[in-house]
Amino acid sequence: MSEPFLIGDTMTGGYGKGPDILHDCTIAVNPGEIAVIVGPNGAGKSTAMKAVFGMLEVRTGSVRLDGEDITSLSPQDRVIKGMGFVPQVRNIFTSLTVEENLEMGAFIRKDDFKDTMAQVYDLFPILKEKRLQAAGELSGGQRQQVAVGRALMTQPKVLMLDEPTAGVSPIVMDELFDRIIEVARTGIPILMVEQNARQALEIADKGYVLVQGRNAHTGTGKELLADEEVRRSFLGG
Amino acid sequence: MTDFLNALVALTNFVIVPGMAYGAQLALGALGVTLIYGILRFSNFAHGDTMAFGAMATIFITWTFQAWGISFGPLPTAILALPFAIMITALVLLGTDRVVYRFYRRQKSDPVILVIVSMGVMFIMNGIVRFMIGVGDIRFSDGERFIISARDFKAATGLKEGLAIKTTQGITIVTAIIVVAILFWFLNKTRTGKSMRAFSDNEDLALLSGINPERVVMVTWIIVGALATVAGTLYGLDKSFKPFVYLQLLLPIFAAAIVGGLGNPLGAIVGGFIIAFAEVTITYPLKKVLGYLLPESLEPDGLVQLLSTDYKFAVSFVILLIVLLVKPTGIFKGQSV
Repeated sequence: MSEPFLIGDTMTGGYGKGPDILHDCTIAVNPGEIAVIVGPNGAGKSTAMKAVFGMLEVRTGSVRLDGEDITSLSPQDRVIKGMGFVPQVRNIFTSLTVEENLEMGAFIRKDDFKDTMAQVYDLFPILKEKRLQAAGELSGGQRQQVAVGRALMTQPKVLMLDEPTAGVSPIVMDELFDRIIEVARTGIPILMVEQNARQALEIADKGYVLVQGRNAHTGTGKELLADEEVRRSFLGG
Repeated sequence: MTDFLNALVALTNFVIVPGMAYGAQLALGALGVTLIYGILRFSNFAHGDTMAFGAMATIFITWTFQAWGISFGPLPTAILALPFAIMITALVLLGTDRVVYRFYRRQKSDPVILVIVSMGVMFIMNGIVRFMIGVGDIRFSDGERFIISARDFKAATGLKEGLAIKTTQGITIVTAIIVVAILFWFLNKTRTGKSMRAFSDNEDLALLSGINPERVVMVTWIIVGALATVAGTLYGLDKSFKPFVYLQLLLPIFAAAIVGGLGNPLGAIVGGFIIAFAEVTITYPLKKVLGYLLPESLEPDGLVQLLSTDYKFAVSFVILLIVLLVKPTGIFKGQSV
């Protein structure tokens, strides 16, 4: 198999000088795909994603984007390389308007970003309606749309979402998943950490089940959903 | 009717006009404090002495201009000196940041450490200012003294009470409006201004978005230098320049910033006027105004001065305490202290 577009290859590491949280963990995603990281609480799902994004030290193993080794780059430099990241919490500028949030997303761009903003508004029509409102006044689901929209403003080559549906109602969750599929259809590879394992695996092209910082199961979303052990351990039967 | 007008004029003359001017000065000072709090995330105790430094720079340049025979017609020469003084103060602040604050920023020090560091800066700046210009009272206002003098007002209206508006009071209010308008335009309309607000709102996300923190900090110090110089100069023009007074001004300025909501520029302005009017109203003897309004039988015997002017700082203290107890985030939902 050829090298995936973005891969965190056999990563071992932890926060600061603390103990290792990840052990030989591998996560990869290809264009047009949605890759989902699932697993029980404390399995290191978010940590794995942060490792890929450079927010903690990867002691062994490497992170490669489009064949280039980016293991030593800071998160900021990775954004410039084309990685878009949506943190789980505090992922919008609450006191800025929706439009200003998007502008700040495009801060590193020196060219005209009007078109990208129009695309984001096409993707999330509600944001266009509320573009002059402070982002902090929006509902949970709308805030997540702002957060994803902000990350899309750099025209990233890969989009990473850390629990995009945390704390939103099931209806809003379905809608968010629909949007995420739409983003993936534009060709942007999506790497996502999800608490709602079943729904996430349903839309996933590739699934990673992590347990205690190790790859426990890997496969397509359908395979994992069909896997007896995965079902029993993580999906509640 | 004339009684009512006389009461109104007396109130305007002794409370409203001085309150507006003082409020504008406090608002400009509080804006500087609130910007530092929002972006560098600490309470800058050196701000009062930064204002003193800025005013001192203005005075030296004013004296130089006067020696050269340059004047600004009816307006104080200090206004001409202001842009140069702003440049000097901004450079000094950038230097202080480079030598002192940046070290602690790199260490990711707690805000409380930075507060204490800023107190050190405060003492040094205070010493420098006293050393350079002396501790005495300095009046550096020249040009026309009044926009309307009490005598002219009485002659024009035939009222018993006079209304005087000093040039410095007029200049204070006009300058404050201009400065605040520019500041809000900058923060809300320019890319750099928006990035400053974004950085103040959510530092981590700002970094992720590629906003350069050192640049944001630099621009902030320059703006704070400008605000402090303008506020210090206006206060010095209106009253007189005395280094120690600026140290005392720190309390009403912080009270204003906290009442409005720390980190919120609009709050700083509203807070400034609240503190100023509270101070002026409570320390002004209302006997004269009430004397016009009330029938003779009810006329008060005493001065109806709620608090002697010697205690004016107590007013800021009390307001500060009430706000911290009841609504610690201030009126405009700033960050809590």
